[in-house]
Amino acid sequence: MGILSRKATCNTHGQDSSYFLGWEEYEKNPYDEVKNPDGIIQMGLAENQLSFDLTESWLAKNPEAANFEREGQSIFRELALFQDYHGLPSFKNAMADFMSENRGNRVSFDPKKLVLTAGATSANETLMFCLADPGEAFLLPTPYYPGFDRDLKWRTGVEIVPIQCTSANGFRITKSALEEAYKQAQKLNLKVKGVLITNPSNPLGTTTTRTELNRLLDFVSRKNIHLISDEIYSGTVFTSPGFISVMEVLKEKKFENTDVSKRVHIVYSLSKDLGLPGFRVGVIYSNDDIVVAAATKMSSFGLISSQTQYLLSALLSDKNFTKNYLKENQIRLKNRHDKLVSGLEAVGIECLKSNAGLFCWVDMRHLLRSNTFEAEIELWKNIIYDVKLNISPGSSCHCNEPGWFRVCFANMNEETLKVALNRLKMFVDGPSSTTRSQSEHQRLKTLRKMKVSNWVFRLSFQDREPEER
Amino acid sequence: MKQLSTKVTSNGHGQDSSYFLGWEEYEKNPYDEIKNPDGMIQMGLAENQLCFDLIESWLAKNPDAASLKRNGQSIFKELALFQDYHGMPEFKKAMAEFMEEIRGNRVTFDPKNIVLAAGSTSANETLMFCLAEPGDAFLLPTPYYPGFDRDLKWRTGAEIVPIHCSSSNGFQITESALQQAYQQAHKLDLKVKGVLVTNPSNPLGTALTRRELNLLVDFITSKNIHLISDEIYSGTMFGFEQFISVMDVLKDKKLENTEVSKRVHVVYSLSKDLGLPGFRVGAIYSNDDMIVSAATKMSSFGLVSSQTQYLLSALLSDKKFTSQYLEENQKRLKSRQKRLVSGLESAGITCLRSNAGLFCWVDMRHLLDTNTFEAELDLWKKIVYNVKLNISPGSSCHCTEPGWFRVCFANMSEGTLDLALKRLKTFVESTDCGRMISRSSHERLKSLRKKTVSNWVFRVSWSDRVPDER
Repeated sequence: MGILSRKATCNTHGQDSSYFLGWEEYEKNPYDEVKNPDGIIQMGLAENQLSFDLTESWLAKNPEAANFEREGQSIFRELALFQDYHGLPSFKNAMADFMSENRGNRVSFDPKKLVLTAGATSANETLMFCLADPGEAFLLPTPYYPGFDRDLKWRTGVEIVPIQCTSANGFRITKSALEEAYKQAQKLNLKVKGVLITNPSNPLGTTTTRTELNRLLDFVSRKNIHLISDEIYSGTVFTSPGFISVMEVLKEKKFENTDVSKRVHIVYSLSKDLGLPGFRVGVIYSNDDIVVAAATKMSSFGLISSQTQYLLSALLSDKNFTKNYLKENQIRLKNRHDKLVSGLEAVGIECLKSNAGLFCWVDMRHLLRSNTFEAEIELWKNIIYDVKLNISPGSSCHCNEPGWFRVCFANMNEETLKVALNRLKMFVDGPSSTTRSQSEHQRLKTLRKMKVSNWVFRLSFQDREPEER
Repeated sequence: MKQLSTKVTSNGHGQDSSYFLGWEEYEKNPYDEIKNPDGMIQMGLAENQLCFDLIESWLAKNPDAASLKRNGQSIFKELALFQDYHGMPEFKKAMAEFMEEIRGNRVTFDPKNIVLAAGSTSANETLMFCLAEPGDAFLLPTPYYPGFDRDLKWRTGAEIVPIHCSSSNGFQITESALQQAYQQAHKLDLKVKGVLVTNPSNPLGTALTRRELNLLVDFITSKNIHLISDEIYSGTMFGFEQFISVMDVLKDKKLENTEVSKRVHVVYSLSKDLGLPGFRVGAIYSNDDMIVSAATKMSSFGLVSSQTQYLLSALLSDKKFTSQYLEENQKRLKSRQKRLVSGLESAGITCLRSNAGLFCWVDMRHLLDTNTFEAELDLWKKIVYNVKLNISPGSSCHCTEPGWFRVCFANMSEGTLDLALKRLKTFVESTDCGRMISRSSHERLKSLRKKTVSNWVFRVSWSDRVPDER
């Protein structure tokens, strides 16, 4: 008899393949400006490290929030005992306002429809448990965040069917791609329960257009299915065309309080905008009372620490802080983004034109030996071992075109970014692909031998620290 | 087309029954010493409110821990970014040592075998996901914590088959009860994957005896199944006896590093011992590397806030604090339990002799009109509406005998406890006085009986209660 569940044992298969080259290599040899200047630079981690000073400065001016005090009185007991899965009211109010602010106050959020969860990872899984039974499917546009393969499918038994997007039109979601994905699900005998998009997109760094949003709403309306919009990067939009939330489009189409609106759900988190992944703060927002009620109960399995709820309710209730933070954060992100883009341009590498996120979707197709995923992996390994940069290959995001890479820019200081760009320059400008030295050739041969099948490769990515979006 | 998942729609049934009498009544009319002295006293919440002063005093002396500083320097950025599902090493080390301290340092816990989770609610569910397929079953001794019906079964699809325990032997687990439960599972066509015990027990307030633990270890050895020991109340042991963990027994039987030891898992949390349910700190401890590995990945769905990990790693690393806390906590719990027990005794009510926990398992069988669960519910409603005490009826804990109630004692002040006891005494004496129920009272009781709903609906409604309430 199987001693452990299939869930516990199937995962180990991927683990055994131990193909975490980028991650492992980084851990073995992490770059440090002073102590290890030749180490690997981490560009595979979508963290926002650009605006901590703003939050730290607020903390210094408002010590009560972290010290369990309210207006000079200790509320330690109250917080220590507070485990109500409805969440701290002041925190939900602050979150609802903050989400509104992120959308230019063009839409408002009712705190009663918010469900707090330990991170968006928990929020997304919980929504799957609420909306789909094992064997049912959600459609996701590719490329998408690798963590979804685990978050949406692992314990829920739900399937993902990709909506294929291509560079032909900037990876936009088309009607035909939607229909094709739906048909594909039917071929696979999977009942489609909804569509899940990430807006702004990870890994593309682009905001979903109004056209796409309308298209999506029409689609879910016709098919009578759900739409989940993971808006975790909503506060990282740094330039036009600006962020349009699916909630705004519902409002514009006068769909509020209709059946369709009950099938539209938003996921949010403070991990990217505020750079607080360690605090585990996620939310589900739904217009469907039944979903809110069920998700609220399920949140028992991943409640947010009351200590953290209190700290952040104080932070986010300070409108002076939030206004200044959002603005400054965007300026810094834009600045850093532009530096990466121009640095890449300088070596003949282009990016998908992006206006959000903590990364660029970089086009390295011209550096591939052949237009294959094999070549992509080869290039990726070169970049890890020779250029000593850890970046994320498009195949790990289920991109259907080889040669694209996600490169993060907000998890390091400016100097480090410069170093990274310099290294890339040397790699691209350096000995041309036709005049590799003998040892280099041997090295490439060895690298090729290390290749493993795409399947194993993808599985190994599922075993990567899932928090890494 | 069915819009929502089966998990949501089937659960909806329980929600509709809206039968949260005790809880709802309390919320409508909560007791307050000054503002609402006639309100309902909450005795259904297993919280430990007796030792906050000790923690608050530590916090005052160690301001860095809460202010996200280390040696006066801000480590905000480091904590803000720390989301490693392996957990903060200092915190796991401190947890391991704290767990050892609670067990008199007789056994050791390797921090590498600890998996952190957002509360034991998350830990228990995660273990189910790791050990059982949908349709597999775990055996649980009755009475048990009502929240298990949701935590272990809801999203996992696992089943619970009860191991019936009775008052005839103080609700101890017997070999025949174990075998009977195993056979019952077979009859129901359920594959048994393991046994789950809460030690010390909720709602009994008793620690498992060495005999029971040996029995359990032998049982799971012979059946080749798992044993989960939820030791969330291990630090609330106040009796003369020492707390015996299943880990102690494995050591004593020289079973460490054997196949069996790989099938024994401990769940822990800081919600009861330290009284910090709001901070969501739970842990799984397993000797099986695969389980540790799988559970670690699953913990992504419920990580402990780094802000909280840091605070508590500082708190628990202070051995002076932990040793003083554990000792003082036990003293206060013991004193409070004694107060409840003697107060009940003076009203002619006895309790199961207990040596741990934040509650007593109270015998009110003699106050039932008939030896039925219907009568238990009637009595419960009287206590809720007339006596204005919210206590937990045994049927909500799947007890097989009517008339037992769980009464909490550590979530209120001494004065409030005394008042609750006074009210109960008055109630019992009024009932004892030849059952001279006035006419209006009689009418009231008649209408209360009409409100009775089936046990099934009642039990389902209990599973909808705020599950954090153990």
